[in-house]
Parts: sequence; C-alpha cells; structure tokens
Amino acid sequence: MDLKFLGGFKLTFEHLARPRVTRQYPDEKRPKQPRQHGRHVLNRYEDGMEKCIGCELCAGVCPADCIYVRGLDNPPDHPVSPGERYGYVYEINYLRCIHCDLCVEACPTEAITESKLFEFSFTNRSDAIYTRDELLVGDDGLPQKMPWEDWRIGDDQHTSGWMRATSPSGAAAFEGEVQWSGELGYGVRAPEGGQSGHRDDEATGSKQLRDTMEAHLLPEDIPYAHRGMRGRVWRAKLSATKKRDKHEAGKARRAEAKAAR
Amino acid sequence: MIAALLGTDPLFNPGVHWVELLIVVIKVLAAFGVLLGSVMLMIWFERKVISDMQSRIGPNRAGPYGLLQTLADGIKLFFKEDLVPERADRFVFKLAPYLALIPALLVFTVVPVGGDLTIAGHTFELQVADPPFGILFVLAMSSISVYGVMLAGWSSGSKYPLLGSVRASAQMISYEAALGLNVVAVVLTARSLSTRTIIGSQAHAFWDWNVIRLGFVPFFLFLIAITAELNRPPFDLVEADSELVGGFNTEYSSIRFALFYLAEFMNTITMSAIIVTLFFGGPDGPIPRFIPTSDIWMPIVWFLAKTLVFLFGYVWLRAALPRLRYDQLMDLGWKVLIPLSLAWLLVVAAVIVWGWWGLLVGVAEVGLGFGLARSFGVGAARTEAGGTF
Repeated sequence: MDLKFLGGFKLTFEHLARPRVTRQYPDEKRPKQPRQHGRHVLNRYEDGMEKCIGCELCAGVCPADCIYVRGLDNPPDHPVSPGERYGYVYEINYLRCIHCDLCVEACPTEAITESKLFEFSFTNRSDAIYTRDELLVGDDGLPQKMPWEDWRIGDDQHTSGWMRATSPSGAAAFEGEVQWSGELGYGVRAPEGGQSGHRDDEATGSKQLRDTMEAHLLPEDIPYAHRGMRGRVWRAKLSATKKRDKHEAGKARRAEAKAAR
Repeated sequence: MIAALLGTDPLFNPGVHWVELLIVVIKVLAAFGVLLGSVMLMIWFERKVISDMQSRIGPNRAGPYGLLQTLADGIKLFFKEDLVPERADRFVFKLAPYLALIPALLVFTVVPVGGDLTIAGHTFELQVADPPFGILFVLAMSSISVYGVMLAGWSSGSKYPLLGSVRASAQMISYEAALGLNVVAVVLTARSLSTRTIIGSQAHAFWDWNVIRLGFVPFFLFLIAITAELNRPPFDLVEADSELVGGFNTEYSSIRFALFYLAEFMNTITMSAIIVTLFFGGPDGPIPRFIPTSDIWMPIVWFLAKTLVFLFGYVWLRAALPRLRYDQLMDLGWKVLIPLSLAWLLVVAAVIVWGWWGLLVGVAEVGLGFGLARSFGVGAARTEAGGTF
C-alpha cells in the first residue's frame, strides 16, 4: 500500500505553527509593491515651482480619455512654472482612469507621476474628478490627503518623480545615473539599482512582503541562510523585532496621548 | 418500566418518585444544552483549526476569537427564506431534517460522561440513560439517521438530491456492517451491551483499554467506518461540496438546512464520545491508581480531553486527505474493512475461548487469505488468457 498520503498529515500539522498569509486588511495593510500604480500627483521643483508646463501630452496619450488639461502663459511677474506656459486647468477623472501610467511616460518634465495611494472611496462624481489643486503636492512635497482617502503613515513615501512606470535604470546604459530632476521635499535622489544592481528591499518597502511569503515557499526555494535551525532563529528574531516595534509604537502613542492631555 | 429502560442507575434504587423523575428531566435538559453548546464550539473549532492548517486566520469577527460565529450564522440562516420545492413531498421534506437531528441527539444519552454524582442524598450516574442494550441503541440510531438522508433526497422532487441520497445511503449502509462488526469485538470482551459496563471493563489502567487489549486493529477499522458513517472527509461524498451540486440537501434552505448541518456536527461529537467509550475507557484516566478518580471532575476532564483529541483528528483528516472516489469508497468498505473486521473478530473470539492458543486461528486465517488471493490471481490470469474454468 502506498503510504505517501501520510505526508499530508505532516504538512498540515507543520502549517499550524507557520505565520498566516491572511492580512486583516482595513486594520493591517500589506506592504505595497515598489512600483504600485495609485493615484497621480503633480510634482514641484525644489524651489516650489510647478513642473507641469501645460503641454497636454498626457491628455493626448491617455487611452481612457480621463485627463483634461488647459495650458496658459505664465504671468510674467510671478511665474507658476519655469517654462513658458503652465497647466492652469488639470483634471483627472478617476471613474475612468485605468492607471496604465502612459501619462507618466509621456510627461517631458516628470510633472505627473503616480503615487502608491489607491484607497479612495468617494461618494459622488465631483469628488471622483481630482482638480489641479488636489493633485498638486503640498508645500512639503508630499501628496495632499483628501478626506475620502485612506492612507497611513508611509504610504505617501516614494511616490514622486522617483517612481516611474519604466525605470530608465532598467536600461544598461543608464544604470547608476540619476535620471530625474530634483524635487520639493526629496531633492535629488540616488538612482535605483537597475537590473544588475543591489535591490534595496528596505527602501522600496517590499521587504516585509518577501519575509512573509518566504515562510510559505517550498523548502528548496528558501535561501540557504533561512533553512533549518538557522532559519528558525532568524524567524524568531524577526517576530521578536516585530513585537518590539509594535510595543514601542504603542508606548510612543500612549506617551503622545498623555502629552496631548 | 422506566427504571428498566434507564438501566442500572443507582438513582432508582429507592424507587421512582417525582424527585427522581425531576432529576432525569434535568439531566436530559443539561445534556441537550451541553450538546448544542458543544456543537457551536465544534463548528468554530473546526473552522479555526482548518484555517490554521491552511495558513489562514478563520472566523475572528463575531465575538472574541470569532467564538460567536456559529451563532451569527445560525441567526442568519434562521431569517433566510424557507423554500419548499413545488414537486416536493411536503410532509416528508419537512420531516427529514428532524430524522437526521433527533437520532444525533439521542445517541448522546447513552454516553457515560463521568462517574457517580451525589446531590442532596440522591446518587446518580453522569449519563442520561444506561439501558442494558446501550450500544445496540447507538447502532439503531445511526441506522435511523440514514432515513433522514434518504428521505431528504427522495422528497425533494429533484434529480440531484435523489442521486446524492442514493449514494449517501448506500455508503452509510455499507459502512454500518464494518461498524457493527468492530463493536461486536468490544462487546465480546466486555460481555455486556451496556456502555457503563463497557467502560467498567476497561477501568484499571491504559493497557486495559480496548484499543490496546483488542490489538489496535478494531479501533482503526472502527475509526474509518465511523468517519464514513459520519460523512466526514475523506468520505464526504455525500456532500462533496467541491464536486457535486450539494448532494441530498441541495433543495434545503434556511433553518432546515441548518438542522442538517447541526446534525452532522452533533454526530461528529457523539461518535467521538462513542469511540472514547468503546476503546479508550471513557471517563477513566490512564492510570486511575495514581490519579484519583473518586473526584467528580477529573473523569469529566479526561472524557472531554479524549473526545477533543478525536475531534481534532477529524479536522486533521479533513485538512490532510483528498476525497475518495466512489468506487474506491465501496472497495474499501466491502473488500477491506468487512473482511478484516470479520477475521479479527474471529481471532478475538478464539482468544477469549482458548486463551493464547486462539492466535492459531489468526495464523490459519493468514494462510487462508494467501490461498484466496492466489486463487483469485490464477483465475484472473486464466480469464485474461481467454480460458474458461
């Protein structure tokens, strides 16, 4: 008799102690992919000038026809953008947008990029149409939070010109070269790793995701350093760190609340 | 008459008065409440454990740790529209869920939960009834629950439930034979049909439990047979939720559907308790000589712990094993379980009669088995060669 089916008992029993893959979504969010396509932002230069020059290339390339741009000559005494013109009407209809990022590709000045923010549940059509004032980054260079948007601390990081749909660093000739202009709140950032370079999980926010998934890989797919007893120690350290972080965050929050009182 | 039915309970020694009847009624109500509560917990337990085994979280919204999930589901089902198909046999259609539920409730009455309890001068057994035919009652009730399944499918007036119920009743009836044969082995050693006498016969230490005394095989055969009888995975062809439309309960909705569900889980609990009673000494600890059993609570704790092990086992089976095909199921029942049970029963009987010399019967059986297998092989080879006998 073939007794291989007994392996099913072993596997299911082992899974009792493994970490869960399910996330309690509204309470706890999964880390987002580094190049997630969320809602757009209109970026500014380091001096606060708007990057948009009102050229309407984004509107022209948009397959869903959701962008509406009108350009206007810059007022000579206080210009809005460093170019000749600026976008004085800029509207994106999120009931139509398919987040393909072609507008980001088309933009000659890195004015429009996509953030990682995707959790907006507006309740009427006028909220669905984001105007220029809503899309523009704030004075600190970070996206503005609309009342119907749900995002937490850190979700607005790594969202600007640094984030392109296709990275120029992906081409071998551009590896290690800075491919974007400096911007408000971030300055000039170091280039991405590219195809052959070091992948910085911490910076892109996908480290946590990979740690979680690793516990569910087949034994041969797990890196050597994380197998067996060594892996057990590593996982224990990981969960201890998580617990400590959670504890300290709670402590900080309580202290803050106390100070506020 | 009542005293004879309820058996050798010391409660009736002074005679049957209204106080005794009141105690019986209280016992019945308590058993009913405990059983319903444990069904609620069992459904929660199953969903939680199976999600743990699949790296999920499981119900965690209703109440602490999702404990009230079953209650929430029950309330939801209760308020759903109650549909009766147009071509259904209305009376039988409405009767069938109760035919499934009531036997499940009744089986628990003969399960000894603990030792004797004395309250205000009245000593009684922690068991609703202890009739001298206890274990036959269990078999009878599990036969009656087949009617629930069969009539539910037949009265729905629809082809899917009918086919489902035919499969289901065939399965349940097939495995009842193996079930009964292994019970006979236990009854032979205990020399009684009463459940309390059966646990009494095992109450010395764990090596006197029937699971060891009968040589493990009857226990495993009984476990397999009872899993099939309960329609639990891997024998859940009755429902086969990932393959069939739904089996015998396709046309059922609302609270009637919930009753089938309730009956299934209640059967799981009571049959785990029956396994513990028959093979694991019921409420006895492993070594009663060192762990005092005079206490009232310890036996109950042992009983619950042992039952819980089997409940976990059922969930584990569900997580680990794929469903059997129908012909595999029937092959296992008729060609493996029944012959093995019969052979082992003969050995047990021979050992009881002749002592260890009885094992020679086992040797003879092994020889006979080889002979049979050989003759089947030769026959098959000749048929393949185109010959005749």
